[in-house]
Amino acid sequence: MSEVSIPASTAVVASSRFEFKALIRRVQGLLVPAVLVIIWETVVRAGWVSQHLLPPPSELVTTLADLAGNGTLLGHIGISSLRVLIGFFIGAGLAVVVGAAVGLSRRTEALLDPTFQALRAIPSLAWVPLLLLWLGIDEAPKITLIAIGAFFPVYLNFVAGIQNVERKLVEVGGIYGLTGYRLIARIFLPAALPNLFTGLRSGLSLSWMFLVAAELIAASSGLGYLLTDGRETGRADLVIVAIIVLALLGKTSDSLLLWLEVRLLGWRDVFDTRPS
Amino acid sequence: MSHNLLDLAVAAKDFQALRVIKNVRFGINAGEVVSLVGPSGCGKSTLLRIIGGLDTSYSGKVCIKGEPPHLHSREVGLIFQEPRLLPWLMVAENVAFELGRKGRHHPYVTQLLAEVGLSDFATAYPKQLSGGMAQRAAIARGLFTQPSLLLLDEPFSAVDAFTRRRLQDLLLSVAGHHGTTLLLVTHDVSEAVYLSDRVIVLADRPGRISGQVIVGEARPRDRRNPQLIRREAEVLTLLNDGTNAFFDLSYDLASAPTPWQAARLSSLNFAI
Ligand SMILES: Nc1ncnc2c1ncn2[C@@H]1O[C@H](COP(=O)(O)OP(=O)(O)OP(=O)(O)O)[C@@H](O)[C@H]1O
Ligand SMILES: [Mg+2]
Repeated sequence: MSEVSIPASTAVVASSRFEFKALIRRVQGLLVPAVLVIIWETVVRAGWVSQHLLPPPSELVTTLADLAGNGTLLGHIGISSLRVLIGFFIGAGLAVVVGAAVGLSRRTEALLDPTFQALRAIPSLAWVPLLLLWLGIDEAPKITLIAIGAFFPVYLNFVAGIQNVERKLVEVGGIYGLTGYRLIARIFLPAALPNLFTGLRSGLSLSWMFLVAAELIAASSGLGYLLTDGRETGRADLVIVAIIVLALLGKTSDSLLLWLEVRLLGWRDVFDTRPS
Repeated sequence: MSHNLLDLAVAAKDFQALRVIKNVRFGINAGEVVSLVGPSGCGKSTLLRIIGGLDTSYSGKVCIKGEPPHLHSREVGLIFQEPRLLPWLMVAENVAFELGRKGRHHPYVTQLLAEVGLSDFATAYPKQLSGGMAQRAAIARGLFTQPSLLLLDEPFSAVDAFTRRRLQDLLLSVAGHHGTTLLLVTHDVSEAVYLSDRVIVLADRPGRISGQVIVGEARPRDRRNPQLIRREAEVLTLLNDGTNAFFDLSYDLASAPTPWQAARLSSLNFAI
């Protein structure tokens, strides 16, 4: 009997060790932040840093609960997300259309690309005063700024993706009698999709950045406004809470795109170090 | 001489300063099976690309059913030297590429995949296939479309000998059934002779025709048929520039310095 039970028990030990390892792997990313939070709390409690400048994590939790409780936080998150969503869709949508035109036609490229390359060189915040002058201080300048931010990464990556489609695959399309928009839809677009996603993801993260820029300068709502508000009233806890919420929103929206990417681009034959 | 399907006369084809093809002329009648054999780099793939309309920078005149070849014509199909499957489409969608996405449930797709031994991989992506499997999928894709002239560039070079014979017979039966004309490039002389009505032999530098062997055997053929073996010998002779010389490398090898000398065990000295 013992000969039988020995391998069985090793198997059990091995599998529980394996689960433990998997658990470690999953939580190890939280390790460093957790240690930092503990150090942070102790340092502030011990009085080494002014509580006014660096509120301890426990106070942040209270602030967060307060903001969430009276609904203001949700309001700020809602308005900011809406701005990003609208700005991103406008910017990325235009970029896809213009990028397709530039990537697919040499003539359009010669006509448009130099202009876009020049526009790209403008530091994006330099647009702000002009947008405020032209569009007032309503939603329009904010959404325009976000759209500008989303436009360029999508445009550049998409054009590169289309222009780098393998000749061999285009020839397959040609042999099968595809021309014009059918060649574009069946060969160029799918082949450029990986690049498009790279562009969309960096465009989205730039959208969040530009959202904050826009809201810092002129807004009466949104997370950027919360940052300004915290600074003006001397409440570091508000500022930090807003930063954390922005980080979470940015990460969540990026994860959504990543999820979509994994679903749509499962066919890619790429080197992937992630555990399956 | 005029042929009713393809009339090809390529006076010259250059890649930059390099003349790749010089004065190649041949024709094909509808329903024929013709092979092109020749040393590597003699321009076989280039000829197929010209006929398929992928390459238009040559001097000469090529006519398919009286018209110059043009890309996007449905008369000509091409199975490339590499599989060239579209990586974002499943195997079945690749095979039915002609029909678009909805085509993958077409009964002929299932049938062809079974014939090339890929039934279990209909919903796999090309990255999940081995080289030979990908090539078989590409063959299925080439057979799915039924052009008047199917060009095949070394279609069976990446598959094992057993599968190769099955695919050869599949090719003949599909082509016979649909009346497809075949122009096939291969390095395998017995394959060329077994499949073809005529074998056109090319020589290289620059690529030109060194001769043609007509295989007048009725189908289905027996691979052991001595007539076929005789035709093979003729093709081989043409490939060797009309001689039956064979390359004797033993002298070169003997005169070359031996890069590595096996140590004689007795010469090793173990101190104990
Ligand atoms: N795109 C290209 N640019 C420059 N030279 C080329 C190109 N394609 C082919 N060649 C040259 O043309 C010649 C013929 O090439 P081709 O691919 O037609 O040969 P092949 O007969 O098909 O050879 P293989 O049996 O090895 O496939 C080669 O010498 C090659 O160097
Ligand atoms: Mg070749």
